[in-house]
Amino acid sequence: MKPELLEGSEAIARAMISAGCRFFAGYPMTPFTEVLEGMAEHLPEVGGTCVNAESELEAIGMAWGAAAGGVRAATGSVGQGLSLMQESIAELCFARVPLVVLNMARGQGDYFQATRGGGHGDYRTVVLAPADLSEAVELVQLAFDIADRWRNPVMFMGDYYLAHVVEAVDTGPLPFPPLPAKDWALDGSTSGTGKARIVSPIMPTKRDASRFIEYGEYLEGIGDRMAELAAGVEPRFEQGGCEDADYVVVAYGTPGRIVRYVAEKMRRDGAKVGFFRPISLYPFPAEALVAATRSAQTIGVYELNAGQMIDDVRLSVGDRRIEFIGGISFDDSGFGIAPELTPARVEARIGAAMAPAIAENAA
Amino acid sequence: MSGIVDTSAAPTRPARLVDDFAPPLILPGAHKLCAGCGEPAAIRSVVEMIDELGLTNRAVGVFGIGCYTSFSPGMDVEVLQALHGRAPSLATGLKRVQPQSIVFTIQGDGDMVNEGLQEAIHTAARGENVTCIMLNNGVFGETGGHMTATTVLGQRTKNSLEGRDPKKHGYPIRMAEMLAPLDGVAYVARGATNNAGNIFQLRKMLRSAFNAQAAGLGFSFVEILTMCPTGWFIQTGEAPDYLEDKLQGFHKLGVIKDTAGEPAA
Amino acid sequence: MTRLSRGTLVIDVERCKGCELCIDACKPGVLAMTNERRNDMGYLYPELTPGCTACHACALICPDFVFQVWRYDEPVAAGDALR
Repeated sequence: MKPELLEGSEAIARAMISAGCRFFAGYPMTPFTEVLEGMAEHLPEVGGTCVNAESELEAIGMAWGAAAGGVRAATGSVGQGLSLMQESIAELCFARVPLVVLNMARGQGDYFQATRGGGHGDYRTVVLAPADLSEAVELVQLAFDIADRWRNPVMFMGDYYLAHVVEAVDTGPLPFPPLPAKDWALDGSTSGTGKARIVSPIMPTKRDASRFIEYGEYLEGIGDRMAELAAGVEPRFEQGGCEDADYVVVAYGTPGRIVRYVAEKMRRDGAKVGFFRPISLYPFPAEALVAATRSAQTIGVYELNAGQMIDDVRLSVGDRRIEFIGGISFDDSGFGIAPELTPARVEARIGAAMAPAIAENAA
Repeated sequence: MSGIVDTSAAPTRPARLVDDFAPPLILPGAHKLCAGCGEPAAIRSVVEMIDELGLTNRAVGVFGIGCYTSFSPGMDVEVLQALHGRAPSLATGLKRVQPQSIVFTIQGDGDMVNEGLQEAIHTAARGENVTCIMLNNGVFGETGGHMTATTVLGQRTKNSLEGRDPKKHGYPIRMAEMLAPLDGVAYVARGATNNAGNIFQLRKMLRSAFNAQAAGLGFSFVEILTMCPTGWFIQTGEAPDYLEDKLQGFHKLGVIKDTAGEPAA
Repeated sequence: MTRLSRGTLVIDVERCKGCELCIDACKPGVLAMTNERRNDMGYLYPELTPGCTACHACALICPDFVFQVWRYDEPVAAGDALR
């Protein structure tokens, strides 16, 4: 496919369809709404189904049912709407149902929700956070692949900027290694055969199975499965200028793109600054972050919230000088347009943060 | 001669088997439901009617959360386990992507009318081509017998010990009557499992409901009043009468809507 | 007067949980619970007397799938030696 000038939400919708998504359900909420519009328009064109759910609970419920039917399915919302979906996200993980869940977030305050989860129990979801639209249309396709490969929900972390930016992108299908057939999925055909399938977060086997797994045992097995997920999914990141940096700025998503731009500019102007951008928020690229910050005196975490990803930075690098240089920034719409998020202001913030170190070095 | 018939083994005289121990699609073995529970008879009738209509190898049951949940591994029918209240949405998603399948839900009154009322109404209103089956015993059975939205006035439960009082606890909901007027709804009926006559009527209702789904007529709903002596705090033998005296007066039996066939009784 | 049985049952007494729903459900009234004999779980269980019509009401209402119901080709008089 040739690159086309597309608005973010439209591009993401097309990329999902390129990935083979054939079921979507959603509830309108800014800035997720246009993704729902795109899916409502384009899914029928490929024989898929888009349902305008009457609530976020129903949206994720329908997507769960469709995914259990063996079809690539997705839903999405904004952080506030995802709050309603937390129980289902947790249980989708326990039920081993693959699902892609989009968060077109308002700002960056949903990091904890995405990576720690607001649901119950020892579940994890893989979380992918693109910085721009060309990355987004790749990562959303990767999300479906990871979801199917691991039979686990995968979250895609977007935002208002991503939804509305216009970029030239290729939304054509990307190649992935072959996946096993979905021999666990439901369509009624194994009923009455003595081997009827069951998709359940509670009891995954039938009573006459060669080995019936009771609920307690099943719950206990979740820890091992989550450890396999954490070890098996490749952490993703981008970095630049870290090898000899005095100061490394860690940022993700749209702010990560601005920080990358600013750090590269400051580097050209002579500052020994680097940037590290986690792309998978879970599994967090801890090892790579440690390697990237080896030379830095200070690690600055820039995120548009009150400090969430900084916890993962601390957990990764341990006893280092880490400072929070972000902050909550909203215009009056509340949709996540951040007055602070301009290159000039970001550069000022990083510059101010680096000033003591520069003074120290000069002294 | 004591007059007791030897029932230890099959008859040696020529005879035809009318009913085997485990009906088709029920896997043999103990389940976890109480003595005198009305739910096994209901679920058994559901799967027997599916089998009778020749729909077995298209059938998927979407289970809510309640006592009946523990029954799902004991059926040779595909099962999609949902969360409390959520079965209609899961059923919708599954049916939309596997339209040839026969999708039914099994939900209690607490599951459907309390937790999942919204989903049930929307699934019915949209006319999703699924069959929702509600096992209504007027209590949350699995938690030990607590008030639900269908508990009738005067009915005593663990959290309405003095009996349901409209001033304190509000009024109950008649689920079948509430869904029937919606345009997308093709078939609504309410049956019971407290005696054989009602079970025979129930089986007709279930056949009509599944036929409505197979014909693509829209949403079908069968509410089944079931005994819960544990949740009603009575002896098992008293439960069939309790059902008739207490529940049936408010939740009346009969076919309430049938767009395919005879007008409502 | 001997009663005719049009049908008969096989009763899996070990599965019974003594709920007695079958007793009332039985139209001809030919089921009665034991007085003293109990199964391994400790429950009284139903016994059959002549007069079964194979209506299978007992099987339909039983929560524990205790009954197997047979219909004789020819009705059997009570007291006949064969089952």
